Amino acid sequence: MHELAITESILSIANQAAQENHGTKVTDIYVVIGQLSSIVDDSVQFYWDYISQGTVSEGAKLHFERRPAVLHCKSCDHQYPLGEILQPCPNCHSVDVFIESGEELLVDHIDILREEE
Amino acid sequence: MPQRVEIVKKIMDSNDRLAQNNQAILDQHHVYGINLMASPGAGKTSVILETIKRLPAGIKLGVIEGDTAPVTIDADKIVAAGIPAVQINTGGDCHLDANMVGMALPELPLEELNLILVENVGNLICPAGFQLGTHANVLIASVPEGDDKPYKYPKIYRGLDVLIINKIDLTPYIDFRMDYFQQGVEMLNPGLTTFALSAKTGKGFDAWIAWLTDKVKAK
Repeated sequence: MHELAITESILSIANQAAQENHGTKVTDIYVVIGQLSSIVDDSVQFYWDYISQGTVSEGAKLHFERRPAVLHCKSCDHQYPLGEILQPCPNCHSVDVFIESGEELLVDHIDILREEE
Repeated sequence: MPQRVEIVKKIMDSNDRLAQNNQAILDQHHVYGINLMASPGAGKTSVILETIKRLPAGIKLGVIEGDTAPVTIDADKIVAAGIPAVQINTGGDCHLDANMVGMALPELPLEELNLILVENVGNLICPAGFQLGTHANVLIASVPEGDDKPYKYPKIYRGLDVLIINKIDLTPYIDFRMDYFQQGVEMLNPGLTTFALSAKTGKGFDAWIAWLTDKVKAK
């Protein structure tokens, strides 16, 4: 359900960037979602189709780049994916790990059409 | 031809900025704020009520209650305990956000308070992404929920400042492996300040109250 708030933020970021760059239409929006961000693409798309209506971003295509969560073992330097469930290092069984990536939640870039000059 | 515009902006940016405003308001009034998260039934309201009973005289508490529906059961209990409380009805939303808390803050007598507990909506997923502007994110995990929760809901454990393990009086009756649970927590949030307690028996509350008192005094 928190996808509505997320979608509203994406829309506001895209519309503002389009305005600042004199865009007349946003054609594509590239969103990066880390695995730990718990965002469902389909829900965002569902809300998008409604809330983008009547804005410069109406009809823009949403592209989701999913970044898997990667753990880094401090004991043996092994890197491994978080997968479905958190697990100790498969190489040395240490639990002394840190999360290297997978927490991203950002708008990376958009494509816009500009006014004819 | 479409042209590319680089943005690289955090999607939570606008919420985070509102959260900073909230924190500035709390700081201005020397109020320490806590965002209390948990799954439904973990004992958020019970922990708040037991905390109210045990707070030292100098601590003046206010409570913001987040609920998905306009049901004032929880807020009524807090008010009955003599504590100012404001209810936020999220209208079905699964979490509180900084904007909702920002609207609730002026409804509390901030100049008379030095501690605010914000009871978030019972949920282990959605609240994790929304900073409220409080000074500490606290999760109440209760042992009947199972020892696998850090492994299944890693995100919420990542952003915590304090973990409360509630209902420890029930551990003899259920299969809750404290070692396994704490191992998961340690992987996600090394060295996390943790209080194991029971809102039913009061066991373990002294350490939690001492921590709260220190934070309020330092504010």
